Amino acid sequence: MIAADTVRLPFPLLFSAVLFSAGVYGVLARRNAVLVLMSIELMLNAVNVNLVAFSAYLKDQLFTGQIFALFVITVAAAEVGIGLAIVILIYRNREMINVDEVNLLKW
Amino acid sequence: MTTQEVTFVALAAVGAIGAFRLVTSKNVIHAALYLVVTLAMVGGVYLLLAAEFLAWVQVLIYVGAIVVLLLFSLMLTRAPIGREALDNQQRGWAALVGLGVLAGLVFLIEDAFGSKPPIVIQPATTGQVGASVFSNFVLPFEVVSVLLLAALVGAVVIARRDDAR
Repeated sequence: MIAADTVRLPFPLLFSAVLFSAGVYGVLARRNAVLVLMSIELMLNAVNVNLVAFSAYLKDQLFTGQIFALFVITVAAAEVGIGLAIVILIYRNREMINVDEVNLLKW
Repeated sequence: MTTQEVTFVALAAVGAIGAFRLVTSKNVIHAALYLVVTLAMVGGVYLLLAAEFLAWVQVLIYVGAIVVLLLFSLMLTRAPIGREALDNQQRGWAALVGLGVLAGLVFLIEDAFGSKPPIVIQPATTGQVGASVFSNFVLPFEVVSVLLLAALVGAVVIARRDDAR
């Protein structure tokens, strides 16, 4: 029963890399602000997968990686709340939420 | 491959397909539902790595709250359908950057961790994680609580109508 409950370390890391790259593409290619926020969530989840994988890999007795992932989830929730409030405010003022047309502060 | 690895590959494949469809979908509601698929698969990965508390937090907070919030804001803002309405003009460059990031990460991961010993899965029970949060990570926990309160107040202040003025 040796090597029964094991996962090779690159498996979660590669999954996380795929999620992160998809998030990068989404942030760069989307113009709808809500879809940009969804892509950011994807990237934060990629980071969390890495944190949990390394927490398990290093056999951390304090579960630092898992607890850090919890904090990341909390910050992501706060970020989505504020971000969607801003999106709804922009929609109320401009009748659209395309991030490439909100260029009032662009030099 | 061990059973865990086979399960992991199945979860990761569904999650990766969901992520790909999320960033390429032509319909915002479909994109949000693909986000649900991907987040649920990430939760399954947590469960597979024996992080049970984090898996249920993932289901409750992400699938339960954040996706509902996103769908709610898609409902409040007009959600157009079609590639030109959802994507900007730099799709080619974005794909190039995304694939470049992926290639770089895959190369680095294989280079650095390809020959490391595998993860031996040991359950982290909710009790153990909770004891760690409330003994070793009390101060960050309180800081995060204050951050959540600030975000709550900030969201209310930003989004409410100023009819009184």
